[in-house]
Amino acid sequence: MDANMAIFNGLLKGLGVTLQVLIYSVLLALVLSFIIGFMSLSKWRIPRWSATLFIEVFRGTSLLVQLFWLYFSLPILGIRLPAMLVGVLGLGLNYGAYGAVVVRTSIRAVPKGQTEASIALNMSPYRRMRSVILPQAFLIMLPTFSNLTIELLKGTSLISLVTLADLTFQALALRSATMETTQIFIYLLIIYFIIAYPITLGFRWLEKKQSVGRG
Amino acid sequence: MWSWDFAISILPQLLQAMVVTIEATIVGFIVATVLGLFWTICRRSSIKPLKFAVVAIVEFVRSTPLLVQLYFIFFVFPTFGITLSPFSAGVLGLGLHYSTYLTEVFRTGIDSIPKGQWEASTALNLSKIKVWTHVIMPQAIPPIIPMLGNYFIVMFKETPLLSAISIVEMVQAAQIIGSNSFRYVEAFTDVGVIFLLLSYPASLLFQYTERRIQHRFDLSVKASKIEEDHYATNK
Repeated sequence: MDANMAIFNGLLKGLGVTLQVLIYSVLLALVLSFIIGFMSLSKWRIPRWSATLFIEVFRGTSLLVQLFWLYFSLPILGIRLPAMLVGVLGLGLNYGAYGAVVVRTSIRAVPKGQTEASIALNMSPYRRMRSVILPQAFLIMLPTFSNLTIELLKGTSLISLVTLADLTFQALALRSATMETTQIFIYLLIIYFIIAYPITLGFRWLEKKQSVGRG
Repeated sequence: MWSWDFAISILPQLLQAMVVTIEATIVGFIVATVLGLFWTICRRSSIKPLKFAVVAIVEFVRSTPLLVQLYFIFFVFPTFGITLSPFSAGVLGLGLHYSTYLTEVFRTGIDSIPKGQWEASTALNLSKIKVWTHVIMPQAIPPIIPMLGNYFIVMFKETPLLSAISIVEMVQAAQIIGSNSFRYVEAFTDVGVIFLLLSYPASLLFQYTERRIQHRFDLSVKASKIEEDHYATNK
């Protein structure tokens, strides 16, 4: 029992780091998703092209490659970032690229008639987006954003490979200290599941709440 | 800072490691397909406990990190007497993880088959195996090929995790080069470019087949629903 408590306490130390990185990178990814998503819908070529470049580069090269690049390569070019920032930046940029595609396809999925009707009602472009298009697009985004958040949570385990002391990192440290391999990794999997499940439930609740009064 | 000579000189070494990356992707994808089909069949079973157990396994595996699952297979299995080589452990983990995504793809494919097909098969007194191999699968598989292709690319981009259990794929090879020469910039940039050069054309190819197949099977409505359900179709 004592050994179990020791393992549990050890893992809890990593939980804080995992949650911190999760929250910051979700926020960064969300902001980037909308900025890049809107850029890719722009009528001007330069923002549209730079958005495409951003999306393809960050989706096309693997997340771990990006993290290693930020952690190992960037310091040689003279920019040394703290490990925490590397984790948040790497995860945020990578999932921001995926999110941007979601924002783009969701906005495009809103029926054309909605835009035409708002123009007919003499709404300003801002008002049209803010009160007509986005609320409908948002509903389309939610299920996919829910999946992406779970993917991002799972992605946080990779920061252990750039020496951040998250859950996975602590588990490996505990393993070499106690050799209680089986228990440690079973607990670790269960903890990740316990974090993931409320996220899924939360998104489902948000979806239900948002779709009230809509066909 | 950046040396073209060095970036080019390490290419043979990286391309050698790329072979391992591609092997792992292919074997992992085969494992994922077999397991994915198995989960799909179990979920359609009339035995309630089996159905429930498989739903729980799929949900659990999908909600926990692949990296941790790889460690689990690599470190925990030997304590139960199952010692796997890093490569087997790697493709097993990769395959197991993505089988939980592929089962959803297979399910959408099977669910999209009109009820009449099942009823007609029953009316024609076809055996259960015949129904699956001659009626359902030939119709369920072609529309989902682009989605399967997308997951193939996703798995390809996840193979760097195998470096954590000491497989020398591209990222591990780059790290070895980097730690020997301290030229991390060239090493990791090369790997990133190789990934991009392989995955981007592949994703364009699958987008193209998706359009072709949609056109042929008139699946536009269904495909857009599928895209909502599985974000990875965007990957």
